[in-house]
Amino acid sequence: MSKEANKKEGGFFGSLIHKPLFMPILMLILVLLINLFKDPGFFKIAIKNGVLYGRLIDVLNRGSEIAILALGQTLVVAVSAGTDISVGSVMALAASGGCMVLAGYGNTSVTGIVAPIGIGILVGILFGLAGGSINGLLVAKLKIQPMVATLIFFMAARAIGLLLCYNQIIYIRYQPYQYLGNFLPGSIIPTPILVTILMIILMELLLKKTSLEMYIQSVGINSRASRICGINSDLICFLCYAICGMCAGVAGMIASSRIYSADSNNIGLNYEMYSILAVALGGNSLAGGKFNLAGSIVGAYTIQAIMTTLLAMGVSTDQSPVIMAIIIILIVVFQSPVFKDWAAAKKKNKAAVKEAA
Amino acid sequence: MMEKTKQSKKLSGHSLLLMITVILFIAMYVAGCIMYANKGFTHLQNFLNILISNAGLICVASGMTCVMLTGGIDISVGSLIAMDCMILADGMANKGWNAVFAIVLVLIIGVVWGVVQGFLVGYVKIQPFIVTMAGMFFGRGMTAVINTEQVSITKDVSATFYNMANAKINLPQSWGYMAKTHKIAPYIRPSVLIALAVVVVIWFILKYTKFGRVLYAVGGNETSASMMGLNVKKTKMKAYILSSVLCSIGGILYCLNTQKGYVQQAKGLEMDAIAAAVIGGTLLTGGVGNVWGTLIGVLITGTITSLVMTNGKLLSSWSNILTAALLCLFILLQAVFAYIQRRSES
Amino acid sequence: MADNNNVLITMKHITKTFPGVVALDDAELTLHRGEIHALMGENGAGKSTIIKCLTGVYERDSGEVHMDGVEGNIHCHSTMDAQNIGIATVYQEVNLCPNLSVAENLFIGREPRTKLHTIDWRKMNRMARELMQKLQIEVDVTKTLENYSIAIQQMIAIARAVDMDAKVLILDEPTSSLDDNEVEKLFGMMRNLRDKGVGIIFVTHFLEQVYAVCDRITVMRNGKFVGDYSVTELPRVKLVAAMLGKDFDDLASIKSEGGTHLGDILYEGKNLSHRGTIKPFSFKIHKGEVVGLAGLLGSGRSELVRCIYGIDNSQTGEAAMEGKVLKTKSPLDSIKAGMGFLPDDRKADGCIANLSIRENIIIALQARTGLFKKIPMAKQCEIADKYINLLQIKTASRETQLGQLSGGNQQKVILARWLATNPKFLILDEPTRGIDIGTKTEIQKLVLKLADQGMSVIFISSEIEEMIRTCSRMLILRDGQKVGELDSKEVELTQENIMAAIAGGENK
Repeated sequence: MSKEANKKEGGFFGSLIHKPLFMPILMLILVLLINLFKDPGFFKIAIKNGVLYGRLIDVLNRGSEIAILALGQTLVVAVSAGTDISVGSVMALAASGGCMVLAGYGNTSVTGIVAPIGIGILVGILFGLAGGSINGLLVAKLKIQPMVATLIFFMAARAIGLLLCYNQIIYIRYQPYQYLGNFLPGSIIPTPILVTILMIILMELLLKKTSLEMYIQSVGINSRASRICGINSDLICFLCYAICGMCAGVAGMIASSRIYSADSNNIGLNYEMYSILAVALGGNSLAGGKFNLAGSIVGAYTIQAIMTTLLAMGVSTDQSPVIMAIIIILIVVFQSPVFKDWAAAKKKNKAAVKEAA
Repeated sequence: MMEKTKQSKKLSGHSLLLMITVILFIAMYVAGCIMYANKGFTHLQNFLNILISNAGLICVASGMTCVMLTGGIDISVGSLIAMDCMILADGMANKGWNAVFAIVLVLIIGVVWGVVQGFLVGYVKIQPFIVTMAGMFFGRGMTAVINTEQVSITKDVSATFYNMANAKINLPQSWGYMAKTHKIAPYIRPSVLIALAVVVVIWFILKYTKFGRVLYAVGGNETSASMMGLNVKKTKMKAYILSSVLCSIGGILYCLNTQKGYVQQAKGLEMDAIAAAVIGGTLLTGGVGNVWGTLIGVLITGTITSLVMTNGKLLSSWSNILTAALLCLFILLQAVFAYIQRRSES
Repeated sequence: MADNNNVLITMKHITKTFPGVVALDDAELTLHRGEIHALMGENGAGKSTIIKCLTGVYERDSGEVHMDGVEGNIHCHSTMDAQNIGIATVYQEVNLCPNLSVAENLFIGREPRTKLHTIDWRKMNRMARELMQKLQIEVDVTKTLENYSIAIQQMIAIARAVDMDAKVLILDEPTSSLDDNEVEKLFGMMRNLRDKGVGIIFVTHFLEQVYAVCDRITVMRNGKFVGDYSVTELPRVKLVAAMLGKDFDDLASIKSEGGTHLGDILYEGKNLSHRGTIKPFSFKIHKGEVVGLAGLLGSGRSELVRCIYGIDNSQTGEAAMEGKVLKTKSPLDSIKAGMGFLPDDRKADGCIANLSIRENIIIALQARTGLFKKIPMAKQCEIADKYINLLQIKTASRETQLGQLSGGNQQKVILARWLATNPKFLILDEPTRGIDIGTKTEIQKLVLKLADQGMSVIFISSEIEEMIRTCSRMLILRDGQKVGELDSKEVELTQENIMAAIAGGENK
């Protein structure tokens, strides 16, 4: 009797857990519920001053950078079972690079720009792409562990950014530069949300219209077998890091446009952790292989919802990493084979005890 | 015959890296002396200042070396130092703690910190990077939880601490080169002695205790180590405890030097520590390295900072960039050596 | 030498199953004091499993283990437990730390201490030097281990085991990377230890070595105990027969009687070689021909096909396909030239376990088509369904993850992967290993059918019987060299001939 009940329980639980989006959506709902009890106004959406306004919109808006980073990070985790810890710093580098082009080297506060906005943004994204490509070379060709390889940029990118900005914060007080991070004229939806949607569509097209998705998963699951099947494992790995760097570039430009400046010390601060957390929260294994982009995106917004909630509860942005760190450790512990074995053994023991009784 | 050629090739790998390091240090220092002779770079005190301002880093890097020997890494050290400094500063300034109590508390926190990280790495087998990155964010966040403002430790806050921080050990005046222009005798602070003592102790542990040798064994080949009956999990955990405790000692020395606590303190210090260890010949893959190399590594990063500061015109971010570039160079060198070795073996 | 009072270890009725596989089925092993006992068997015979059950790496499902001087039925839960009762193991890949000195490797974990409880380096080095002298190994004990050749490292590993008072020493393929001189040194050491009363279990693929150094032989096949023989009463051919299995299973002969007329030459390899594994090797393969590569494990058969397919690069020689020079720098080149390769290690080199069956089937075809030309979903499903039906792959749906299928069905999926690319030249390395008998026959039949349709196949198997049924020609390999070529036309292709060729040397 008890055995059967146990089995049933395991089966139910198991089947739920195996639904790829179960965990991330559950987490998101949980966070939203907390908000509902704390502050029913959370879900109010209104139009103020001709733009959408409300906490939910805020979450969607502020969560854009994390969501975009999570797209790239998901690929990196899937292909190499490692993480790119440089994304936050590369964001700052991209912002600095883009702003430097717009403001001209050496200028720290400008009201006009010396290059077309499009060029500036493009340069920023290219900086991200370059950073990602170097990471990719180190990991795919030289076989350096992903985290060690990305450690270099994690630490150097901000410094290079500062150098590009003459050790200052560059301010670009030029209205159109703020469009990317705020609102396009006449638009009621914050631009970052639009950019995120665009990025998601682009990524989906790239993954679904080519066979890249299958290649990435295949390399992540078994790179030796993939090579025998004719897949250039190194190239695929490199591509993932390059794409991840490019995503960091896009996120960096959005973050920079929000504050119409390039603050190399603070843009993208802690975002490497948020992006990794988003991937893990999205139900993706940090051990690589199969991935689920939708989960990562939900995970990203969950994190932003948590942060917005914390902020509303009076926890400052300096302090919220404490909670994030605890969540990430809990997730990796629950994901770890050691914990799973332990839990399974415990369950078995319990069953045995029940049987004996 | 064949064995001999193989031997020399392999020996050259590690010792070559260490030799590059030593030569690099001497070359950098001599270059500094030539370029900035008029700015007092040649004075002994300049060298001693490098030691004084890097006393904390020496401790941290020594601990980092131990962790890296097992093939792990600890990127939480910068945040832990920030937290330590904040606990010291906030505890003494706002909570009226006695300096000794605060220092002991910081050391205890170091142990607990190490136990948690070490358990997660050693026993739960989570990648050290993930664990210590979470630690890094946790520490920085906790610092902000304790106090988001900058807290200074003035003489009024704690006279004991103030005196400790400002204690000078004078060296004979005749030691100072160019003593005519610099009337004061060269001096060091007690923190330098503590840091050097830490280096000696760690050297001793690594060389003469079972724990030290097992660290090398685990880094050399984890499977073999456990096959030989060595307790890999426990050793790893101990390594992280050692790192965190040394980091706490380093944090205290760091605080003695800066005499304040704030959220962004010691940011990027983990890079300096890792860079020092790597430049000093510790392999990122584990199993090779020693604490004397790390000391030279710290001196190199310290010299870079000193050079950039003495120059005065260069942006301060240059010291970060040069350190990162050096780290990058050494990581690449290590990877290339490993690649060559793989090629020659297959 | 083998009187019963001298029994050191008896293992009886040992059973061990892994999910889906019975690795050991009522296996047994008896070891006497002061003997070198060879444990022989082909891949999947269960040699390493039984050893791991003895040394505590695995826990057996059932069975008894008794050891002289230890009470009761022994259960080792870890290698430490085994070491504590005197069972030491030295593996093919040396389990020492390359970055530590020789002396440390010998004594770490039990190093001599000074009064201050610190490591007494002087004493440790002295003890190490004495031990090395006793065993006649010439090394500088203060140098790090990585300075020495694998043979020396191997001996140091043995020295460590011996110095820890091992009564039983297990050597798991210690000689596979050693040259003749080194092997001789190792043998000297083994004999030395035998004379001191140590029982040695020696696992190897090299027949010469068995006859050079061993006293008794236990043969295993398919997880079962075949027999325990004295070396003197078991000639080589009989040993090979015992290992490969002579008993005909009751399968109908499936070989088509029809034309064995040879087509044009499809593939020609000239002086292909790979450092350490294959000596220059030349051969031709015709269209529509099934060529068997026979030889024991380690004879170079797998290494050869890996070179042909471009996973490893051959150091010398050249290859041509359909008259054109073939440069295969990577597997993709080979696929484009019309090759397919089913690797012997299904789990490590074949399965992409978490991908669906559909994806596993079309992946090689997709790789050949290119990244940007995705095969439309409908087409993918069509291909997948076609091969699921054709090969009768038992699965709930084509979207099931490959890892959830049984071994035989996994193998069919991987076979389907290559058939989907419609290759001209298919290399099958142990396609039937670890597969039930029914599926085996299906695969064999399929191979013959494909050959009839004009495909050329290289077929490797550890079972001679199977090769005789499927192959029209056989190349025999020993020690990385071609030592014979047998043709079915001349009725040479009999078990006796093949085994004689594999065994080599004089027919004892």
